[in-house]
Amino acid sequence: MTAIVAVSLSRVELSWIIALHQSRDVLRKRWVIAYAIVLTVAGDLMLRLAGSGPSALVSLLNVVLLLIPLIALILGSASLYSAREFTELLLAQPIPRRALFIGLYFGLTIPLAAATALGLTLPFVVEHALDATTSPMLAMLVAISVLLVCVFTALAFLVTVSVNDRARGLGVAVLAWLGMGILYDGLVLALATAFRDWPIERGLLAAMALNPIDLARTILLLRLDVAALMGYTGAVFRAAFGTTGGATIAILALGLWVAVPWWLGARAFDRKDF
Amino acid sequence: MIRISDVHKRFGAIPVLRSLNLALTPGRVTAVVGPNAAGKSTLIRCILGLSRPDRGSITLADGRDVRLPAARAAIGYMPQQPSFPDNLTGHEVLAMLDALRPDVVPDGALLERFQVAGQLDKPVRTLSGGTRQKLSAVIAFRYRPSLLILDEPTAGLDPLAASVFKSAVVAARDAGATILLTTHVVAELAVLADEIAFLLDGAIRFAGPIAVLLHDTGATTLDAALAALMQTPAANIPAATLECGESLRVRLVRETRV
Repeated sequence: MTAIVAVSLSRVELSWIIALHQSRDVLRKRWVIAYAIVLTVAGDLMLRLAGSGPSALVSLLNVVLLLIPLIALILGSASLYSAREFTELLLAQPIPRRALFIGLYFGLTIPLAAATALGLTLPFVVEHALDATTSPMLAMLVAISVLLVCVFTALAFLVTVSVNDRARGLGVAVLAWLGMGILYDGLVLALATAFRDWPIERGLLAAMALNPIDLARTILLLRLDVAALMGYTGAVFRAAFGTTGGATIAILALGLWVAVPWWLGARAFDRKDF
Repeated sequence: MIRISDVHKRFGAIPVLRSLNLALTPGRVTAVVGPNAAGKSTLIRCILGLSRPDRGSITLADGRDVRLPAARAAIGYMPQQPSFPDNLTGHEVLAMLDALRPDVVPDGALLERFQVAGQLDKPVRTLSGGTRQKLSAVIAFRYRPSLLILDEPTAGLDPLAASVFKSAVVAARDAGATILLTTHVVAELAVLADEIAFLLDGAIRFAGPIAVLLHDTGATTLDAALAALMQTPAANIPAATLECGESLRVRLVRETRV
């Protein structure tokens, strides 16, 4: 019989083992492959229609801002619910819960981030569209997109750990995506219009920080310097902070959008009754 | 050895385990039986550290709480419905679990005994339910655990695999493992179980050898004895200190049956 031994692997090593194998599983999922293909095809189409790299990137931006939260939050949540029984088997192994959570998080986030980066970059490489102007802009789009993947997989973990019932959890994920991806900016715009005679700029800035998609849009539009396509909240942000300062603050705020749901999810996972 | 002391667990307002006491002895197979919703799954989840008892403790022979990750190195678990990442092969699943337990040399012979070695190059999603169950059995025994938790283990196994499984249980028991088994298959109980722990309304109402159960209930067969226990109102059966093994048992006296 096995003697009870101290776990000789560090938490980092345990997390890495789990992340590595989970990544392998996620990378082979059909929806992840389809997601990378959709991004590639969309990028290629934009390049062909827009004619230039920067214009294609601006067009691609709206696809990215809708698609990444959708995939990472909703399909990520569905994937986590499906893996619940195996997660329980892993919990019965000599692994600290936090190490397991970290492994599972990166096991989902790394392949999604890789699929995102590949899907966004490939058409520009294939079409030889990477010139001195386009390359840094594409790099910024990829970086912010990866950050969005991190945000929404963290939210997916928070949802699946907090809501036991799969159908309810997926409902929460869909509502969160609809709210942040579609309804939020419209609501802010409606409020801004209703209170246009009041000094509401600070309130609008705070409202923007409450939505990671708005933050990502602002960062990218400031970087791409396309004021015409900025939403109302983005315009306010630009006016208040200017390009460099605004982007820095928005990136920090986006970092908080990764850290806070991640920490809440990890805490809930530590305490959860499976 | 595992000792479950005064474990309480409730989900919301519903008490699932009530002052549950049970000690499982090394080298014995203890079958936890009871009607549906008696609390068997919750008990297993508490032992595995998947759920936290509201009160009480579950400790190994050395006094360590089973919820400690290091303590779980001693545990082999076979769930009722095995589930693995769909897109990994069986070999990759085993490689992952092996990597998490670098201190143990896995028992490689189990793959041949359960006749799954030829299936492990395929993605798990392509494996039949029975093959997944065999893989689950291999995982449960692979790290030579000193505590085995087997939850309805033979559901889905073909007769040959079920026979191999039973041999593996007996071998583990003879090697000194503490084994907790849940099953509704009475024939399996008769073959494998050394002790019966009868769970009703979240408390152990009987624990002891099958012979004592038969004697105390006046039944001639195990299924009749279990049926008698299930039909007895919980209020008429005292929940008490119960220890499986030879040293101590609580007898269900026939007079408590109405």
